[in-house]
Amino acid sequence: MPTTWAELLDLGDREAPGAAVAEGDDEPKRRGFFRRLRESISTSREALSAELSSSLFETLDAAAWEQLEEALIMADVGARTTAEVVQRLEHEVDSGKVVGGEAARERLVELLADLATTGKGTIDLRPRPAIVLVVGVNGTGKTTTVGKLAWHLQREAGLSVMLAAADTYRAAAVEQLGTWAERAGCEIVNAETGQDAGAVVFDAIAAAEARGSDVVLIDTAGRLHTRNDLMEELAKVNRVIDKRLGRGASETLIVVDSTTGQNGLRQAKVFGEAVDVTGVALTKLDGTAKGGIALAIAGELGIPVKLIGIGEGIEDLRPFDPEEFARALVGE
Amino acid sequence: MFDQLSERLQGTMSDLRSRGKLTEDDVDKAMREIRLALLEADVNFKVTKQFVADVREKAIGEGVLSSLDPGQMVVKVVNEQLAELMGGSGRELVFASKPPTVILMAGLQGSGKTTATAKLAKHLIGEGKSAGVAACDTQRPAAVEQLTRLGEQAGATVYAQGTERDPVDIAEWALGQARSDGLDVLIVDTAGRLHIDEELMGQLAEIKKRTKPHDVLLVVDAMTGQDAVNVAEQFAEVTEFDGVLMSKLDGDARGGAALSVKAVTGKPILYASTGEKLEQLEKFHPDRMAQRILGMGDVLSLIEKAEKDLDEEEAEELERKMRQDQFTLDDFLKQLKQVRKMGPLSSVLGMMPGMGKAMKDLRSANIDDRELDRLEAMILSMTPEERANPDVIRGSRRRRIAAGSGTNVQAVKQLIKQFDQMRKMMKMMASGKMPNPEAMIRGQLGARRR
Repeated sequence: MPTTWAELLDLGDREAPGAAVAEGDDEPKRRGFFRRLRESISTSREALSAELSSSLFETLDAAAWEQLEEALIMADVGARTTAEVVQRLEHEVDSGKVVGGEAARERLVELLADLATTGKGTIDLRPRPAIVLVVGVNGTGKTTTVGKLAWHLQREAGLSVMLAAADTYRAAAVEQLGTWAERAGCEIVNAETGQDAGAVVFDAIAAAEARGSDVVLIDTAGRLHTRNDLMEELAKVNRVIDKRLGRGASETLIVVDSTTGQNGLRQAKVFGEAVDVTGVALTKLDGTAKGGIALAIAGELGIPVKLIGIGEGIEDLRPFDPEEFARALVGE
Repeated sequence: MFDQLSERLQGTMSDLRSRGKLTEDDVDKAMREIRLALLEADVNFKVTKQFVADVREKAIGEGVLSSLDPGQMVVKVVNEQLAELMGGSGRELVFASKPPTVILMAGLQGSGKTTATAKLAKHLIGEGKSAGVAACDTQRPAAVEQLTRLGEQAGATVYAQGTERDPVDIAEWALGQARSDGLDVLIVDTAGRLHIDEELMGQLAEIKKRTKPHDVLLVVDAMTGQDAVNVAEQFAEVTEFDGVLMSKLDGDARGGAALSVKAVTGKPILYASTGEKLEQLEKFHPDRMAQRILGMGDVLSLIEKAEKDLDEEEAEELERKMRQDQFTLDDFLKQLKQVRKMGPLSSVLGMMPGMGKAMKDLRSANIDDRELDRLEAMILSMTPEERANPDVIRGSRRRRIAAGSGTNVQAVKQLIKQFDQMRKMMKMMASGKMPNPEAMIRGQLGARRR
């Protein structure tokens, strides 16, 4: 599983001119970033550690298993996935395969990380222009994620990015993405509110080809997965891409709010039926929600988490690290 | 998944009953099913635990073990307990004796505050009040523009001052304006904030202090998971809120989070927001929500909707025709139009009990409202004679109807076939043999696939 930007972005044989520049140019800022990251992750860690006291793994009795189950369910991992993981661990301990509290804890981290490690973890940017479609229900942070991703693609890999503001539904969504485009310093193709999303995507691809952009990032309108008509519209966006380029989106990311409960599974499943979802961007991890639903999505649907959002700043997006995520769930 | 808790419970319990006597162990088994269903519905873990313990006690106390239909009894107890947990029969907003009444909206990012602000304004305007909205979300890019547009659509006075000023000042200024404009209600939209963000939470407290709202509403996304309780507790600590507005209830999330918020903080759920249109905001009915969580449908809402939207005389006339087997395609068209008045097909069906499984079939068969458009077009392309007596529709008539409605011959054939089946079912219903609604839908779908 890729855990750095360089590993995450699959550029194929394409040159990455800006990458080297990005590394060393502003050390202080980067340090600030890591500090913030540590802080935000420790928030969720502390919260869960409180549930999972260190003594838990010493006793390994029925009460301990129950407490462990409770902690995972409280993290939104879901009853089914939780039961599977805990039963497996319990079985391994009972059969003497795993001995002692420390080993049990490590094994738990491993089991959880394994769950999250599924499929291809990289973001496919090999074609040119590579098309990245961003989808999800209302209010999960699609537009913000698109803005941050544009910034990182330019900064980490020196890619030129064209934004497509295909959220033609929500009032002022286009203005919102416009602000992000300014912050990220990339170009944007806009639509009038109410205009057809497919038309905007078509225009954006044409503009990207004309200007030789590396990546087209498509921000779509939030839609509930229960709305057949809107899901059909998404499928149409894909057809427009296919018609224009003879290939579909190289990457389709579903944005899932980490506060989402068990409905997240339905979301990922139904969106996956309309468009070929290749990854999850798990947002708002800087709160107290642990985003356990991402484990259920990865475990049950085989869709890997690729990105996590950890704050409101443009730099607060980063590759997903399954082990670190699992450790945050279990607590150090 | 757990659409059919009631059915599963019924199943478990009747199995057990055939063995003669129920034991407490059997009840425990039923409680495990309930626990799982609640957790899948995102009811908070601790709330679930307490709830199951309460139900268990009550069920045993009420003599479920010895009753004739223990499954039914358990469901009844669960249902009552859930409704009680969600706050009996609801509460209303408090209006100031001296206007304007100030309503402060708070919540996490993306919970739907801005949309809810405009919807609430529209709702209150519909009740005959004059309303204004204050754009105090200076944080999210373009949030002010969004509220300006939605507020205008809702017919509210919009108070916005861009994003440069301090939200606290904007709120205070808006209140002054609303007062001199003589408005009944001012709704203050605020930036989404994490409950652990001290700076922004402080700002919210300050807005509250300066505008002295009569009601503070916490907007909670129906899809939220276990964290909802943490969020609510933190918000309650900083800005004691008075009630919850539950958003995005039109999805298939069961909304256990909102129930948990009520259970933990004791604050009632006042409104439910159910769609993207501004008029899609309703007062919240706890008892109906209980049934939704259990997958028992929402018959009351459906009846209310029917009462509001359907023409009673026409309905009676249709019923008479059905009974006398005089139902024509014209009547079918009328019926179709009546049903469509009630809203999108999926939301109407979603309210019917026992439709959980059928809904999934519907989705997979992709019957949506456009399917109804096609049906309408086909019927409208028929002559009066054909509508009254579909048997006359043969080869060339079929082709004409297909061409006229922009469909194909196959579709026309199917419509006639479906209509035939429907008539047969109506006869059955008229003779008192009510077919199972699910079997009915599945029969229709079967016809479609063939």
